[in-house]
Amino acid sequence: MTDKYTQFVSHGIGKDLAKRLGLPQPAVLRRYKAGEPLVPGPVLVLGSGDGRTAGSDELAGALAGWGLDVRRSALPKEKLGAIILVLDAVEHPEELAGPVLTAAPSLRDLAPGARVVTISRTPASAASPAVAAGRQGVDGLLRSLAKELRAGATANGILLGDGAGTTSPSTLGALRFFLSGRSAFVDGQFLTVTSGTGQLPADADKPLAGKVAVVTGAARGIGAAIARTLHRDGARLVVVDIPAAGDHLAEVANEVHGTALQLDITAEDAGKRIINQAVERHGALDIVIHNAGITRDKLLANMDEGRWNSVIGVNIASQLRINEALLGSDQLRKTPRIVSVASTSGIAGNRGQTNYAASKGGVIGMVRATAPLLAEGGGSINAVAPGFIETDMTARIPFATREVARRLNSLQQGGLPGDVAEAIAFLASDAAGGITGEVLRVCGQNLVGA
Amino acid sequence: MPATHSASAPHESTATPGTLRRAVVVGGNRIPFARTGGAYTKSSNQDMLTAALDGLIARFGLQEERIGEVAAGAVLKHSRDFNLTREAVLGSALSAETPAYDLQQACATGLETVLGLANKIKLGQIDSAIAGGVDSASDAPIAVSEGLREILLDLNRAKSLPERLKVLSRMRPKDLAPDAPNTGEPRTGLSMGEHQALTTAQWKISREAQDEIAFNSHHNLAAAYERGFFDDLVTPYRGLSRDSNLRPDTSMEKLATLKPVFGKSLGAEATMTAGNSTPLTDGASTVLLGTEEWADSRGLPKLAVVVDGEAAAVDFVHGKDGLLMAPAFAVPRLLARNGLSFEDIDFFEIHEAFAGTVLSTLAAWEDEEFGRIRLGLDGALGKIDRAKLNVNGSSLAAGHPFAATGGRIVASLAKMLHENGPVDGRPARGLISICAAGGQGVVAILEAFSAPEGR
Repeated sequence: MTDKYTQFVSHGIGKDLAKRLGLPQPAVLRRYKAGEPLVPGPVLVLGSGDGRTAGSDELAGALAGWGLDVRRSALPKEKLGAIILVLDAVEHPEELAGPVLTAAPSLRDLAPGARVVTISRTPASAASPAVAAGRQGVDGLLRSLAKELRAGATANGILLGDGAGTTSPSTLGALRFFLSGRSAFVDGQFLTVTSGTGQLPADADKPLAGKVAVVTGAARGIGAAIARTLHRDGARLVVVDIPAAGDHLAEVANEVHGTALQLDITAEDAGKRIINQAVERHGALDIVIHNAGITRDKLLANMDEGRWNSVIGVNIASQLRINEALLGSDQLRKTPRIVSVASTSGIAGNRGQTNYAASKGGVIGMVRATAPLLAEGGGSINAVAPGFIETDMTARIPFATREVARRLNSLQQGGLPGDVAEAIAFLASDAAGGITGEVLRVCGQNLVGA
Repeated sequence: MPATHSASAPHESTATPGTLRRAVVVGGNRIPFARTGGAYTKSSNQDMLTAALDGLIARFGLQEERIGEVAAGAVLKHSRDFNLTREAVLGSALSAETPAYDLQQACATGLETVLGLANKIKLGQIDSAIAGGVDSASDAPIAVSEGLREILLDLNRAKSLPERLKVLSRMRPKDLAPDAPNTGEPRTGLSMGEHQALTTAQWKISREAQDEIAFNSHHNLAAAYERGFFDDLVTPYRGLSRDSNLRPDTSMEKLATLKPVFGKSLGAEATMTAGNSTPLTDGASTVLLGTEEWADSRGLPKLAVVVDGEAAAVDFVHGKDGLLMAPAFAVPRLLARNGLSFEDIDFFEIHEAFAGTVLSTLAAWEDEEFGRIRLGLDGALGKIDRAKLNVNGSSLAAGHPFAATGGRIVASLAKMLHENGPVDGRPARGLISICAAGGQGVVAILEAFSAPEGR
């Protein structure tokens, strides 16, 4: 559910009032529903130079193959569903002008919930300062543009590593994710495609068909939403939570037709028990979502050992131990996918959350260092960092603080548990196989933490 | 993996006519047991049984599955719950095409559902089953008085207004007093506790011995919870994640301070307290049964095999035996039929209706005269190794929602047998003994599952 304020200012008297008073006017976001069009209108594809580069031509061809209405130039006053800036050939900041200024007038003609996506190369591998400048320029451009868009439109970027091109499976996978309603609360973010591995699904509405997934902390909130989303996408599920949350866990298991595993993930043998349940009951294990986490907030000056240790123990130490079991097991199917839930607190810090931020920063470090270990088997590991999400946990924040926190992003609203789940489901799919060691923020481009 | 089976699909039996299949205990689920008037005060039998079923379904991924048959029951049952088990199935995540029936055999209800369904599996009639039981003393049925009931029925039959008025004129204030259920025996008027007090005194069971049974029950159950034994046997319900009657910190000293509540007419010989008697409790339990093939096809565990069961009854009305002594007769018959003695049993699960019941039963088995005269043996049946008795606690600590106790014991014992591994090259074996109102008792043998020879 969108929050009450957003509903109020979305139509009628509330909309009028908000406009006159200059109040924030968050839009009702375009979210994924099976059967709905990928984008709300034609897609304008612009390359650098004269607008027609090899990379952009190939991409336009691929998008036309999806049945999209692809345009290489905009018609005046026509509402566009998306603008894709293919900047992979940019070798100097001056080369940005062409595509960017061509796209500029069309920004006024974006349909509600439209998308702008840039595709460019990572600056890290640039051969010269000018090339690096051109590529890094895209970063600033995209993040600023995301802040200018209105009506639920978002802007995100895809960065290509040396091993990836504009039509690599995961470039197309990430593009599809950014264009669709699945990325509703992802704004101003980049995803790096490092390799040409990965595979697009046979059925775009069932990208996880045949996969067996484990979700920890699945009894409620974001975890339950992850379980529902993975189930919707075709996965079979083992849902895990502590024994004391078993009743909620059973409800989720029965809803997603999975099996419930009442387990404290800090147990020494947690990894083994997770693998056993998946393999014995469901015949395989493909995907593990580390979602379970706790908060025990206190200023560091008032922090006690119990608060600090329990947060580190549950939020990161357990993940390290379970991953060790996963990596050491011969029972994982090929191309295993691991996705961890981090937090924007782990990136930007948060007062009263030194323990939590340490644990979530730890998750990010763990994900980056585990990526090469999984790469040999074609596997991947990534993290998703949620910003302000409307959950039971954030509902307990005092009203005024909560109201400020949820508006402090480009979309001027809190995200929903399902928004986090969508990003996780994408990173758990084979379409994201060429993306690994990444941290994707689902925060509506929160002003905190860049 | 087939998630659903059409109701019209023929049931593919793996039975060969004339041979029995094995009935396997796959696992179980119960809700924590709550002292009456506590966490489940507002929960009906149907609510609790449905919750226990849904937890079982979630644990084993049985959503939309058509189970061969579900049998459960309640001792304290509302007349509206004539189809209690079927209604719980309809409210659960199972396929609505799963048939169900109710069974009622006092406190033996739960164990009897296991035995009945296991027999159907062995005979090849069904491949899967869920046994269970539930009871609520909080949400107990209260009937109108016998006088008012007769008046209401006559009123319904009356055809004219004058006739109706005539019937109504018979009503007296005392008819309005409700008829609450009680655990008294209809033929003796004595409560179960008073009956047991007589038996306890007859077998000269000491207060200390009874308190020790209670002490062990609490400490064993608490330790089992601590090491996570119940993580895959119990699903929380209404804010409770452990049995609310459990007192992990109870001590012999504390138990010794309690005043006798039953057998007070015995004066100084009164030994039965609230500490060594089970309290009224609310709760529900379920057990998943199936053939080996059924379990294998779904990747489900095979913990134990239901070997055999036996029922017995005693003539307590004329005082020949104590009300709760029927298992003392059922167990020797069951052991004899299976060619077993106490030495062949690795786990004894003797339901603790009262600590006195457990000890009176053990005393009878150890008694030369009882063995010769009442059991027709050469001497005493034998002495059990107390270290094998109720090792993970029993009803004194967990509580005893009458019909739910059988399912609690079967699921827990099946897991213990599975975890224990073989004993002297044979599968571990467990004996269950449950006494019941009306002078009845049902007992059973379970054995750890082991793959048959040649596989």
